[in-house]
Amino acid sequence: MKTGANPFAATGGIIFVGLALGALAVFLQLQGNPGNMGICVACFNRDIAGALGLHRAPIVQYLRPEILGMGLGAFAAALFSGEFRSRGGSAPFIRFLLGMIAAIGALVFLGCPWRVVMRLAGGDGNALFGFAGLVCGIGIGVVFFRQGFSLGRSQKQNVIAGLALPLALLGLLALAVTHPPLPGQPANGSVFTSVSGPGAARAPLYISLVAGLVVGFLAQRSRFCTMGAIRDVILFRQWHLALGLLAMLGMALALNVVFGGFKPGFAGQPIAHTESLWNFLGMVTAGLAFALAGGCPGRQLFMAGEGDNDAAVFVAGLLIGAAFAHNFGMASSGAGIGPNGAAAAVGGLVVCLIIGFFNCKRGVQ
Amino acid sequence: MSAPQTIDTRGLSCPQPVLLFLQAVKANPDGVFAVIVDNEASRENVSRAARTRGFLVDPRDMDDGLCRLEIHK
Repeated sequence: MKTGANPFAATGGIIFVGLALGALAVFLQLQGNPGNMGICVACFNRDIAGALGLHRAPIVQYLRPEILGMGLGAFAAALFSGEFRSRGGSAPFIRFLLGMIAAIGALVFLGCPWRVVMRLAGGDGNALFGFAGLVCGIGIGVVFFRQGFSLGRSQKQNVIAGLALPLALLGLLALAVTHPPLPGQPANGSVFTSVSGPGAARAPLYISLVAGLVVGFLAQRSRFCTMGAIRDVILFRQWHLALGLLAMLGMALALNVVFGGFKPGFAGQPIAHTESLWNFLGMVTAGLAFALAGGCPGRQLFMAGEGDNDAAVFVAGLLIGAAFAHNFGMASSGAGIGPNGAAAAVGGLVVCLIIGFFNCKRGVQ
Repeated sequence: MSAPQTIDTRGLSCPQPVLLFLQAVKANPDGVFAVIVDNEASRENVSRAARTRGFLVDPRDMDDGLCRLEIHK
């Protein structure tokens, strides 16, 4: 392990990264990404699932270059810093399930924790319920951690295992570049692209890609994690990561005020519904799933870029969970929750509680 | 200085390395600890937790990408 100083891991570093992420997210919104959704790992995975034909909701299909860039940016940062390390083998299917449940819960609320920040920064009052749910879900996770929760130790893996996800992202990037959206066309070859709705709101491909690469690089170096930010405050009274989250919120809020993107209220917010109970409960479920898996969707993507197969399995779960959310009426829309959204949020929470309960023991051996 | 209490965090993910260290500190507030970590994030997190609680941290690189954090007051 290299033990050189890492300025991004210092207090100033995490604040700088938070400010940069907030600025990049607003920049992407100004460049065409959906409102209050400069970067949303759950939503963008859902769009990618649609682009690949894993679900057939025509308004949320686009091979989002941000996600590909974020994973590859973290991969580059890990190679650059000597931190790339193939590892995995810790409860893979449980992690896949947690990824699925996280995506489903997040899509009941309509956003991952990154989008909670962006919705709050845009004045969306409904996100207050999502944030409260996130804190509660992570709080339940902290109770399990205090009881010795662990999914078990990972093992060192062959280098090819760690390269698998970055290479898959490269393959998807090749697909995105060779099959860009065609004006007014719902597909380019086998790649679906929305002609209306959130999936049609997109910054130019190369701007999205470069922004994603920068986000991935910075987040890998700083260990930026929105779930960890809240968890560490509850569990350790440690505010390090929370400073990054607050910096992201502060910067996005300030830029939204400057550029006219701050519109406080509850009704009529972009890609949001006003069913407060389900905004709250969707994020309780997602928050607990993130906590048990050890990272928010963004952090899982970055760790997968570092060679962590367990995180890669979670990311795969996110993708499939997002597809299921739309295929089985669990995802919300601006009109409200889906026909099976309530059952999905509660059912997902129950599954997470079972996973938590059965993986607790005092002291990890 | 007494023999350090060794805490092996290899293969454990966030937040378990810090939790194990803090559990050990709770049982022995002025103890001497050797925390073995296998990734940079754990190294930073355990070091940060130790320093904010008044400990000194002395990292020693080991073979196979491991690092031994020698932690004492």
